[in-house]
Amino acid sequence: MIISSRSAAVVCGLVATLAVGLFPPAAAAADEPAGPAPRVDLVLDVSGSMRTRDIDGKSRMTAAKQAFNDVLDAVPEGVELGIRTLGADYPGKDTKVGCKDTKQLYPVGPLDRTEAKTAVATLVPTGWTPIGPALLGAAQDLGEDGDASRRIVLITDGEDTCAPLDPCEVAREIAAKGIHLTIDTLGLVPDEKTRQQLTCIAEATGGTFTAVQHTDELSRRVTQLVDRAADPVVNPVATEGAARCADAPQIKPGLYSDREKFSEHRWYRVDVLPGQELRASVSVGADRAVDQDYGVLLRAVTVHGREIVRGSEAGDGRTDVISSGLRYPKPEQDDTDDDDKQAAETVCLQVSNSFSAPASVKTTPGLPVELTVDLVDAPDTASDVASFGLGRGWWLLGVLALTGLVAGLLWGWISRLRLVWSN
Amino acid sequence: MRITGMFTGSLLAAALLLGTAGAAAADETPDPSGTATGSSDGSDSAQAPTEAGTSFRTATAFRPGQRATAGASTGDYLYWVFPVDVGQRATVKAKIALPDSAAARKGPVTWQIDVYDGLRRRQACVYGAQTRTLTADKSSVELRCVLRTVRAWAEPWSADPLPGSYFVRLTVLDAQEQDLGLPVTTEIEAQAPSQGGAQAVDGKLSVPLTPGRTTVSQSGGGASSEGARLAASGVEPEGGWSSGRWTDRWLWTVGGGVLGALAGIAGYTLARPARRPAAPRV
Repeated sequence: MIISSRSAAVVCGLVATLAVGLFPPAAAAADEPAGPAPRVDLVLDVSGSMRTRDIDGKSRMTAAKQAFNDVLDAVPEGVELGIRTLGADYPGKDTKVGCKDTKQLYPVGPLDRTEAKTAVATLVPTGWTPIGPALLGAAQDLGEDGDASRRIVLITDGEDTCAPLDPCEVAREIAAKGIHLTIDTLGLVPDEKTRQQLTCIAEATGGTFTAVQHTDELSRRVTQLVDRAADPVVNPVATEGAARCADAPQIKPGLYSDREKFSEHRWYRVDVLPGQELRASVSVGADRAVDQDYGVLLRAVTVHGREIVRGSEAGDGRTDVISSGLRYPKPEQDDTDDDDKQAAETVCLQVSNSFSAPASVKTTPGLPVELTVDLVDAPDTASDVASFGLGRGWWLLGVLALTGLVAGLLWGWISRLRLVWSN
Repeated sequence: MRITGMFTGSLLAAALLLGTAGAAAADETPDPSGTATGSSDGSDSAQAPTEAGTSFRTATAFRPGQRATAGASTGDYLYWVFPVDVGQRATVKAKIALPDSAAARKGPVTWQIDVYDGLRRRQACVYGAQTRTLTADKSSVELRCVLRTVRAWAEPWSADPLPGSYFVRLTVLDAQEQDLGLPVTTEIEAQAPSQGGAQAVDGKLSVPLTPGRTTVSQSGGGASSEGARLAASGVEPEGGWSSGRWTDRWLWTVGGGVLGALAGIAGYTLARPARRPAAPRV
């Protein structure tokens, strides 16, 4: 009896201790100072076809103007917004002149709503649809300096007819500059060709394509896109991996972007101290028409070429990115006296992709790669499969009870023997 | 006296054992009616998010039990992120509805949800219709994905689910070109019930698999991260991440010990010599 009540006390104490230590307080998220203001350029098609009256019984231009009014009212604080037009000035027939017809209507900067609205109200559907030059112009409006997020919202009702400058290629070139630029496209009652081209432009920059049939859809979507631009984002740092580990750039924990051609691989180097865990993940984007099946491989390799761990993924069908990750915990060194042993190990990270594309698809610039590297403390390794090596279940109880019973019986029997002897 | 003591002891053991399942569930299941950490400003609000991110970097955070919604265009890649802790088995549900204005739709559209862990490794769906086709005559479709139970520790060479942020990606896997870009409304919901001590394994990650832990402080090089943090790095379950020390195995093991001791006493009582009045020693 004494034994059992003592064990009960121990149990209670143990349970109480556990209950108190269950959840440690959550780490508070510190507010950080705001970064550079996000910049948005709205690019509006003012070509002659915008006169067509097929959006809620009004002309496309009227719908666009109404949407712009709503959007300009709803622009969040801290967003620098500009407006550019295409096809607003030249009504003639000359392709060469018509295809240069794009101008900045309102410069990218802090927004004066009245001024911007007045500028939009003056627009009259006039000319051609030079989307390619307009995108180049918009990229220029947004500037290439600084680290702000940039977004172009392109609103058009027809495809670009200004060959040979393919707006899709233009978009990809702009995105490849590493200026954190996204192009979202909206097609007003788009036909098949327009849809294809706008989808291609959006895909090339990680943006979205929307087909618009109604005025409220247009204003809601553009407002949503501008709001999206206002969300603070961590932008990656551009880096360039090498073809061999020996020449690879040394990278610290962080977020990196790179470009990788079809079936190319790139190397990066990371220093991992004993007792640290390396966590790396990689996404390779499909920013153009690629073949149906694709894959990505991320390997952690020692400087001597031994593979430590790998992450791989394959897929098929329509996709924006394919991603994989790995973690490599480097165990703590037992012998801490020796300084040499505490030295960091250089781990080579290899990023390879198995995307392929039809021969008609341009292979430069390469596919966008996003690499995340984290270094954290290494985890406690498991000494036993079960948590703390504890048992669970009725079998455990049965075995313990049986053991106790047998031990008790033996003990009683032994004490009986002893009594016999003592008598 | 002895009998009373044993009786008390057995009662205690029984109470411990019976209370096990309930106590464990109560301790580990997060409150579904929780508050959300805003994806952008990190402030708490009870509102579920009404927008979705468009990449892993911009994924919108929500908590299990919340119903996150987003308006989008068919063909957008939508990303959300939510926390799953040790011992929980998450179920993700998505509902896609096309408004009447999208009646222009011509053909079937195939939707898919994919779940990725904090290292962007794709996680397998154990049950549930992960991919479904919305035929041209229907206007809504529901998708579901049940993940494996999250373990406290796993070999680095395995892709076993570990505690941390889980990304949900909702995509159109297959559609005719002319159906892309049409408006669509989406709803996403997650439940993460605890699976109890049967799944409790040893070992522990030093920090959960939440990406961007070190990205945020890395402003020296690129100065890119000032004022912004990955939504996924701020994701945390209601009441924080579990310490991993608690498992109902403690109760089972301790209960087993108590039972063994009681059985020992019972055995001894049976086998010991009958008590006689002590004879005066000579």
